Amino acid sequence: MKAVLTVALALFANPGFAQDTTPAQLVAKYAAEAGITASAETGKAMFMAMQVGGKPDTPSCSTCHTENPKAMGMARTGKVIEPMAASVNPARFTDTAFVEKWFGRNCDSVFGRECSPAEKANFIAWLSSI
Amino acid sequence: MTRHFLAPLVFAMLSIPILASAQERMSPVTHPATLSECSACHMAFPAGFLPARSWVEIMSTLDNHFGENAGLDAATQAEIQAYLVANAADAGGRSSRLLRGVDPASTPLRISEMQWWKGEHSHEVSARDWERAKSPANCVACHRDAERGYFED
Repeated sequence: MKAVLTVALALFANPGFAQDTTPAQLVAKYAAEAGITASAETGKAMFMAMQVGGKPDTPSCSTCHTENPKAMGMARTGKVIEPMAASVNPARFTDTAFVEKWFGRNCDSVFGRECSPAEKANFIAWLSSI
Repeated sequence: MTRHFLAPLVFAMLSIPILASAQERMSPVTHPATLSECSACHMAFPAGFLPARSWVEIMSTLDNHFGENAGLDAATQAEIQAYLVANAADAGGRSSRLLRGVDPASTPLRISEMQWWKGEHSHEVSARDWERAKSPANCVACHRDAERGYFED
């Protein structure tokens, strides 16, 4: 009984994605907040660049996500990260809370600060265009 | 009021870790938020692997969690901490052989630095095994059923 309960709970524990938004809606929202037109090229450059100010083990978005967002990434723990490119992974950028949580964490790790709405717009614009 | 208290209590009691040394088992994480949030980057480590004070320290320093930001909203953080503490190796004052060699004045943060873990992994694991696993945090690389609480090799 306990085993059944455990397995059932493990299966249902993952909330999945809320599916409460889309990449286009997120780009529009962040771009409007920033008062800019989103630029995929700028987003790509930010993704690839080595940053200063963040934590030493994560100097770039590409450190864990690799330089190919269509490929699997890998966390420092050895765990695989699903691709960031929406074309390959349609679940990406469909859950507002999830997106905000990971921007909050990863921008602090890589940049040592929050990412601005402009940066978020550019980032998602690129990852939803490739 | 009692009804809301009873289910979590029963649940916590069902989750009390029982390590049968012959069978290499440890009750896995079953609390939904803990499982979901703590398996994003590594397997959700069983609460019974660390003493309560270690879980408190880890949960209160999530902004710098072994070199990365793993921050959570306050409510989820509190909920997860409560679960981990309730199911820790020394929960309810019990003693666990996993705490052998742990100085009561210290707060171990890495499961892989604990005496029992080092003992288990010092002889049978080759350099090539470590390369393949990438990190001591990657239990499932070798322990295929670790997420269900089985650590037989």
